[in-house]
Amino acid sequence: MSKTLDITVTVNGTRYEAAVEPRLLLADFLRHTLGLTGTHVGCEHGVCGACTVLVEGDTARSCLMLAVQADGRNVETVESLGRIGQLNALQRSFHEHHALQCGFCTPGMLMTATDLLRKYPLATDDDIRKGLSGNLCRCTGYEHIVKAIRAIVKAGDGQ
Amino acid sequence: MKPPVFDYIAATSIDMAVAALAEAGGEAKILAGGQSLMPMLNFRLLRPSILVDINRIPGLAFIDETADTIRIGALTRHFQLETSPIVAQHFPVVSCAMTHVAHLAIRNRGTIGGSLCHADPAAELPMLALLLDAKLRIVSSAGARTLAARDFFLDTMTVDLDGAELLTEIVVPKLPSQTGWGFEEVARRHGDFALAAVAATLTASGNQIEQARIALTGVGPTALRADEAESLLVGRSLDANLIRRAAEAVREAISPETDLHASADYRRHLAGVLTGRALAAAWRRATSAALARGAA
Repeated sequence: MSKTLDITVTVNGTRYEAAVEPRLLLADFLRHTLGLTGTHVGCEHGVCGACTVLVEGDTARSCLMLAVQADGRNVETVESLGRIGQLNALQRSFHEHHALQCGFCTPGMLMTATDLLRKYPLATDDDIRKGLSGNLCRCTGYEHIVKAIRAIVKAGDGQ
Repeated sequence: MKPPVFDYIAATSIDMAVAALAEAGGEAKILAGGQSLMPMLNFRLLRPSILVDINRIPGLAFIDETADTIRIGALTRHFQLETSPIVAQHFPVVSCAMTHVAHLAIRNRGTIGGSLCHADPAAELPMLALLLDAKLRIVSSAGARTLAARDFFLDTMTVDLDGAELLTEIVVPKLPSQTGWGFEEVARRHGDFALAAVAATLTASGNQIEQARIALTGVGPTALRADEAESLLVGRSLDANLIRRAAEAVREAISPETDLHASADYRRHLAGVLTGRALAAAWRRATSAALARGAA
């Protein structure tokens, strides 16, 4: 174990202070240090997209970022979107369109879609598919995920 | 898969970063966007003694216009380049190509300097740096130097940058007026590395090609310029026969490899087809460039 560094990270609006090893991945900091297990860890090399979170409002793979890099930054995880009984519009759309089955990819899909909806017009289903191309889902075949996001674009309720 | 143990320094100035690199005697790695470095650390393909994080150095992420050039800071993120109005105006080929670079979450983090220094043989940015005759500004504690992109890429994931040096800036000369562009890429899945990709610019003088540039990636150990094909084009007008000859020259100039994703023959075939399409698009834009430059 190498020496630890003191960091302060704001996650979902709450400030956390911790002493972490430099090599600790942001994904593991969120899950193991903070107990925020909504962020899922799949491939651990930036391919599957399951661990996608927002850092300063932009999506990032939390398996490709060190916790020490998040020092002083704002991080948002899937837990920030809504709660049981109080889902946000995107989560409700996923629910209504059956856009998840096992749920493993869902946190990454939701965070990715949140960023896509803010940054791109997503005028066609092809645009949505391209936007989701870095997030793997092994259950749905993506059809219903695309439909769920399409419904949000149509409703003009991307934020 | 977790990274091995390393020391870590968050540099807050270029001087601090290059001093740390010099002190580590070649055992350090620079952490920029981390989108290639972090997977290699997670796989433990690399075991640096120290990571020099340059993300907190102010003034390394910018896109500035000068009279003759566009200057791009090495820490500029892919997404900034993709959406920059200055880039869209002067290098629409770059704006187009950037949408093919990986996925949004990776473009949010990945940096221009990092991609150039990593020099993946199928990445888009080395190809664009070659296409646009970019110059790279490199500093170390011993001083600074400027290197042409053509002299930078040496071999697969190998560039002319020693362990104590830091790429700080990319300077891209503006293109002549009456220049059109084309970009074509085939990948297995959107955002994957290219099986083959071609970027081209053609500058028209009347109905003749005054200047031709063709760059490719995914078809050899490094991105490359197709010099022979470019020479064929200059002084002529683009037609189907000339496109065929240029595509043939490209196929002969490259040495693609067979891997899991595509055979060498298929990559060579793709390079020819994509060259033809890119040239046709570039010529169409060049000959209507007075109207459409930047807007196409």
